[in-house]
Amino acid sequence: MSDVSMALRPASTPLLGVEHLSRRINGHWLWQGVNFELNPKMRLGLIGPSGSGKTLLMRTLVGLDPIETGQIIGLGKRLSQWSLPVYRTKVIYLPQRPTLFEGSVEQNLEMVFQLSGHRGRGYNRDRILVYLDTLQRGSDFLRLSAPQLSGGEGQLLGLLRALQLDPQIFLLDEPTASLDPETTRWVETLIDQWLQADPSRACIWTSHDANQINRVTADLLNLQQFMPRNAN
Amino acid sequence: MPTSYLTITYGQLALAALLIVVNLGISIAFRLGLTRSLLIATLRMVAQLLLIGFVLEWLFSQQNPGLIMAIALLMAGVAGQAAVSRTKRRFVGIYWNSVLSTLTAAAVVTGIAVGGIVRVNLWYDPQYLIPLLGMVLGNTLNGISLGLDRFMEGLVNQQNQVETLLTLGATRWEAAHAQVKDAVRTGMIPAINSMMVMGLVSLPGMMTGQILAGASPIDAVRYQIVIVFMIASGTALGTFGVVLLAFNRLLSPAHQLRLDLLHKLKS
Repeated sequence: MSDVSMALRPASTPLLGVEHLSRRINGHWLWQGVNFELNPKMRLGLIGPSGSGKTLLMRTLVGLDPIETGQIIGLGKRLSQWSLPVYRTKVIYLPQRPTLFEGSVEQNLEMVFQLSGHRGRGYNRDRILVYLDTLQRGSDFLRLSAPQLSGGEGQLLGLLRALQLDPQIFLLDEPTASLDPETTRWVETLIDQWLQADPSRACIWTSHDANQINRVTADLLNLQQFMPRNAN
Repeated sequence: MPTSYLTITYGQLALAALLIVVNLGISIAFRLGLTRSLLIATLRMVAQLLLIGFVLEWLFSQQNPGLIMAIALLMAGVAGQAAVSRTKRRFVGIYWNSVLSTLTAAAVVTGIAVGGIVRVNLWYDPQYLIPLLGMVLGNTLNGISLGLDRFMEGLVNQQNQVETLLTLGATRWEAAHAQVKDAVRTGMIPAINSMMVMGLVSLPGMMTGQILAGASPIDAVRYQIVIVFMIASGTALGTFGVVLLAFNRLLSPAHQLRLDLLHKLKS
């Protein structure tokens, strides 16, 4: 494992470049001067103690929260130069607890394509069935009522809903937190297949499970080193 | 013109005030926490109305359009401010948003009514302009208050839903459309409900007043219908306006949900 914050110098331009990013909560600095680069094919593990702001960093990377100080260059442009809805069709953040909408699993998957940003693309059931196959599930999953899914099933639906959009960068916030060990492995396989399918893709993972981080990521970014020393 | 109605003395007024004592009793007995607001509202209502009685006597004798416009502006300003004071959350600029929406909606609706429908000889004739404007403002402020409150609560309670849509590539409009729709609908409910049962369950206040003052019921009804149309369209315009302004503030042009701009009032 290498530490990416120590500026590896890659030949290709990074997908994401983060410079001097800082975040304050209620007047206290959560992290300061975060620097790192995410390069194609990279699988970056984002670690740090709970409450260190891993989720907030991911939210900031997709522009859900305004940038306080520093800058983010995503897919060649500063975030402020992007139309964020377009950017977010390429850089997708998957929250730990995805919000499901009324209706069936399949309706949840279809509704995304009604958004203007995905015009010209359509819902592809065959593709979902292939994903489901990897997850060892049948097509009956599509007919389940989304609000009645278990926490784990909801997490699978959230993953499929984002994955079908072909993100170039996938920010995975504890994507298997509610899953049993077996399903966790299948999800890891699915994400690995997505990553292998295109050499310009990359992902960032967070997980409370150190074994998983070792298994699925090759590089680490530890937020602790950016936390102010005099915290507490 | 001979008065064809019975006048009410101040003594009779005091007798009517006993009715509100019942409300106070209920609030105290069941600890509804309404005593304070109820008392303040009662006192404000009485003081404001008595005062406005004298003001109107004076105002109706005025013929200066500048003065009458200034009074109309003041009324709209107070209505816009009052609409905000019932909401549970605030953001910087909320008063300005509310006053602007109230003013625009009331000006458009009252202008059309006075100039185009009732066709008052002098458009600024205070006997028509001021009561009509007052009716529109009083109802528009309800719509604005309800719509604004519902919109902010909707965004807070459904933050995850709005942000999930944003992360999937939705524009801010797509992401918060459900909350906008819900807020405008909520703001319109009182106006629509009252139209539904008007004449069946409720006899509108203005019509009652005209009839008590000796007008023929058919004349009073025609006036009432015009007023109801004014109220409905004023409420719709004002509510939609204020929700759009709040939308533009709380969902930034960069397509972020900015709940950090909201702060909650203490109880």
